[in-house]
Amino acid sequence: MDSRRILITGLSSHWGGRLAQALEREPRVEAIIGVDTADPRHELDRTEFVRVDTEHARIRRIVNAASIDTLVDTRLVADPLAVSVSHAHEINVLGTRNILAACDGEDSPVRKVVFKSSAHWYGCGPNDPAFFTEEMERAAPPRSALERDVVLAEQDVLEFSARNRDSTVTVLRVTNGIGGDLRSSHLALLGLPVVPTIFGFDPRCQFIHEDDIVGVLEHSVRNDLPGVFNAAADGVLTLSEVVSLLGKTMLPILPPWGTGFAASQLRRLGLPVPVEMIRQLRYGRGLDNRRLKASGYTYRYTTREAVLKLRAHQRLRPLLRSGAESYRYEREVEEFLRWSPSVQEARTREREAIDDGSARAPMTGYDELTVDELVGVIGSMEGDALGRLREYEAAHRARPAVLEALDHHLARKGFEDAAS
Amino acid sequence: MADADEPDLEAGQTVELALSDLRARLPAGAADLRDALPGFEPDRNVSDWGRSDRLERLVDRTLYGFLYHYWFRVGVQGIENVPGTGGAMLVANHGGALPPDGAMIAKAIAEEHSRPRAVHLTTERSFSGVPGVGMLLTKLGGVSAHPANVHRLLFDERQLVLVFPEGRDGTAKGLSERYRLRRFGTGGYVEAAMRARVPIVPVAVIGAEEAVPVFARLGLPRRLTRLASLPVTAPVPLPAKFAIRFLEPVYTDDLGRAPWEDKGLVQALSQDIRALIGENLLEMLSERRSVWLG
Repeated sequence: MDSRRILITGLSSHWGGRLAQALEREPRVEAIIGVDTADPRHELDRTEFVRVDTEHARIRRIVNAASIDTLVDTRLVADPLAVSVSHAHEINVLGTRNILAACDGEDSPVRKVVFKSSAHWYGCGPNDPAFFTEEMERAAPPRSALERDVVLAEQDVLEFSARNRDSTVTVLRVTNGIGGDLRSSHLALLGLPVVPTIFGFDPRCQFIHEDDIVGVLEHSVRNDLPGVFNAAADGVLTLSEVVSLLGKTMLPILPPWGTGFAASQLRRLGLPVPVEMIRQLRYGRGLDNRRLKASGYTYRYTTREAVLKLRAHQRLRPLLRSGAESYRYEREVEEFLRWSPSVQEARTREREAIDDGSARAPMTGYDELTVDELVGVIGSMEGDALGRLREYEAAHRARPAVLEALDHHLARKGFEDAAS
Repeated sequence: MADADEPDLEAGQTVELALSDLRARLPAGAADLRDALPGFEPDRNVSDWGRSDRLERLVDRTLYGFLYHYWFRVGVQGIENVPGTGGAMLVANHGGALPPDGAMIAKAIAEEHSRPRAVHLTTERSFSGVPGVGMLLTKLGGVSAHPANVHRLLFDERQLVLVFPEGRDGTAKGLSERYRLRRFGTGGYVEAAMRARVPIVPVAVIGAEEAVPVFARLGLPRRLTRLASLPVTAPVPLPAKFAIRFLEPVYTDDLGRAPWEDKGLVQALSQDIRALIGENLLEMLSERRSVWLG
């Protein structure tokens, strides 16, 4: 992995935050910087957060100042649920343009760009193939503002890639995501007790679990994957299958003709059914995900398993809603934790203590004890002490008989704890 | 393609260049992705194509079974010409309103073949937008006739695919023109078989055009819905005797490295197959003594 200084845009999105959490665990990553227009929703340890405006106009200064080598752009709005059309255009087209401009040019430190695009790039219509592969063009020109924005944004990314041939540019066309932490019009629809559908249609649906969206992004940061990749789980279900897996009922109340008008009435009732959604409810869409699999990524969930996870979440949510204490970002606290000299000092001391601990003997006179004496003592020791002893022995004399006895007791302790 | 190092390019050109460039930089082993096909999920009874086992079995046991055995009394010849494994393309003549020939060919393979296999029937693309019809066809094993769909089925999934190159023209011809083959498109099906390197099995079917004869066609619904003209046909399928003849496979894997680029060859092969089916149709018709009894 060559990426050491990473900038994540869209840090406050579900996958942006989760990606930062995953990358924080990687010791070779020196710096993780996240930008977004809203506060992060995930608890982060060493990621630095900078709040920016929608258009990301001044991001070049951040990129240059922090000498960013990898940019992961996760901002793209692929679902019109939360934002207005014009706001989505600002985020998807103008924002992308500014972010790419910040990485452009000979003197830019950026060597790799991962762009999260959307399967809306392919659109959805009667002339579509059953499985879109990455080489295919869309069958018809974009019909909705959102699809047009996705196409424009991706075109900018391709032009960027043509200008910067030394950079690795990855485009991930992510299909409709599902999962407990996401909000989308698909999830709103599937969350209803009866799911309204279009009469006479049973479209094919393919999803990707939220964990896999994070996994795919992480995979493309860790590996160099130049090119376009579809990200969608294995397996394409029919909508009737999805609805019955969720234990709900299908209600084909939307008429096949005049669907748009009926959907606008539903919108008035509070159910968001955007244009892209109507087309998906009519024609469905499947992506060929094999190129990403061939690059070494293994999906954690199939579409069916993702739907089953969603069912579990939907059933548990009423029970868990009250108890869950969600994380709230507080700038002062986060900055104190990262930069305060007292915290730094305490951390350094802690680290030294750990280094010392493994060098010092776990009990006085340990080095003088014989194997038989040690084995006799082990039986009366507690779990923590046993663990320390195991570490010390492995690091120093590593006598097989002692290690074996220790492992045996540790395993038994673990078993007893589990039983109690 | 333009020189890769040329710095001044127009915007449109740049995009094209970028696309071809991105494709060229893909990992080398990415050509054969057949190993990366999704695994089988035993708890499902719908395939990734939207084909429903349950509905198919139900229709197969009731309607198709009745039509096949008792109503059309289908006679089958040359079933051994259908390969037992691997991808293969079945190419048949098409006729009659609401043509039952596709279903009967699929049923013939299920009934008579030593290794019964599912047949994927390619359907007119415009059907996917018709409420009810598109859904039902998909559930019963129909696949929209997109070249990418055919290729995936033949090459990646190694399945049997049935195509009717005459398409809608075949079903639009009236009773007086029965068994006269229409144009076989532009030979796109031959190209698809060549790309997938699978054999083509020509199939000649008689009976369908008398079972659901097209007496006339009403143009008004076509003008209203832009889909298809409404055929005037018998209220129920007539009990014509069906005969299906599977002909010897035409192999496409020994024609060179990229035979599909030779449009002349594609056209010629398409013509040969059309002529072969035509000849066999005439032979079968000349042997037939009665439309109803065979």
